[in-house]
Amino acid sequence: MNLTLKVWRQGGPNHKGKIETYPAEDIPEEASFLEMLDIVNERIITDGGEPIAFDHDCREGICGACSLTINGVPHGRESAITTCQLHMRKFRDGDTIWVEPFRARAFPVLRDLVVDRSAFDRIIEAGGYISARTGSAVDANATPVPKADADEAFEAAACIGCGACVAACKNASAMLFVSAKVKHLGNFPQGQPEAKRRVLAMVRQMDEEGFGNCTNQYECEAVCPKEITAEFIADLNRGYAKASLEETLG
Amino acid sequence: MPSAASSIVSFYRSSIGKKLVVAITGLGLVAFLFGHMAGNLKVYAGPDKINSYAAWLHSMPALLWAARLGLLACFFGHIVTTVLLVKQNRAARGEVGYAYNATVQASRASRTMIWSGIIILCFVIYHLMHYTMCIGNEYESASYIDAAGRHDVYKMLVDGFSWFPASAFYIVSMALLCWHLSHGFASCFQTLGLRGERSWPLIKAAGYGVAAVIFIGNCSIPISIMAGWVSY
Repeated sequence: MNLTLKVWRQGGPNHKGKIETYPAEDIPEEASFLEMLDIVNERIITDGGEPIAFDHDCREGICGACSLTINGVPHGRESAITTCQLHMRKFRDGDTIWVEPFRARAFPVLRDLVVDRSAFDRIIEAGGYISARTGSAVDANATPVPKADADEAFEAAACIGCGACVAACKNASAMLFVSAKVKHLGNFPQGQPEAKRRVLAMVRQMDEEGFGNCTNQYECEAVCPKEITAEFIADLNRGYAKASLEETLG
Repeated sequence: MPSAASSIVSFYRSSIGKKLVVAITGLGLVAFLFGHMAGNLKVYAGPDKINSYAAWLHSMPALLWAARLGLLACFFGHIVTTVLLVKQNRAARGEVGYAYNATVQASRASRTMIWSGIIILCFVIYHLMHYTMCIGNEYESASYIDAAGRHDVYKMLVDGFSWFPASAFYIVSMALLCWHLSHGFASCFQTLGLRGERSWPLIKAAGYGVAAVIFIGNCSIPISIMAGWVSY
């Protein structure tokens, strides 16, 4: 396949970036999107240029490292996959593809297509944990968990924290991410001791990081590679309202 | 432990706190829309019914003003909080936007809420000047007192909507209001956390239903007056 790439190039966090055009010729259609970028980068290096910087790690859709907004959609148009799982056969020969970083004020560009997503780490640090006794393992069935609750928590726990929800949101809101984390810990008895503190602290950190506010357009759930539902955002809203009320009256 | 006052302040400063204020005030405004529409539809029952309804409302000034102040609080709470949210949201997007913009599933109504809202605000100002404060017209003069000595709301409505530009602006504004509600109504439930997997399709359908009922009910009045079906 022969393609044209329009790629965001930016030398560093404080550099002014711009879109540059690269030919991507003789690309095998079984290549993944990242492999296609590898091929293009090898040619750029051969020609003496600076390769395009992009994030990647496991390349099998489970680590959350890869990003890229492809033709305006984080992880591309195909649903429920990450960029590393996107294959070139989904494009047509001769296509022009726009490749941009995940954009949000809270995700500053470090270089080219690499953005700093440590804001998510700080949200997790604020409350995305449970306090558990370490040492000898507790018997697996000591605390009964209803199957439906466990299933729902598992759906929320599928979030890999890639940040596509933020990148797709017209308001750069991180509420799908935060709601998934609050849900997955709060759905278990083990997550109850910190439940109230968790939701307040994580939402406050989210606001502090400069993410926007959900306006219920659900672009986030449409692009989420793990199909996290916006229903969790409704649960987060209710949980936050309840915890705030308890704090006010408490 | 923070004090109650500081908790309330930090609640309003938070993203979800502000969203909840917009949702609750929005539902308050929807409740008003239904009450207002039900009252106005009395125009079809004839001059006596609607004039006596208006006189009844004005016979309880304390209650009327309490309702008006509540409505005003919802109105300003909804607008001011939304403007704050929009400002934050624009800032959150960052200075550099996407060169290639795409939308996967966000509805057009959801992406133009601020614009439909601003036009509705202009309409509300005009509507209040037109019928409540009677600026630029003679609806408070002696010729608008009916045989029973009451304010002739019926005649005021017929005269007001007989002027084509007023009716046209009214219908366009109602269309935008319903466009606003088609996203806003279901959104309130999402923000309040009152949705489940099974109830969500029903809530969305109810949002479209509410929008349609408000549009048809309200627009029927200027249309009936322009067509001459309601006259004196």
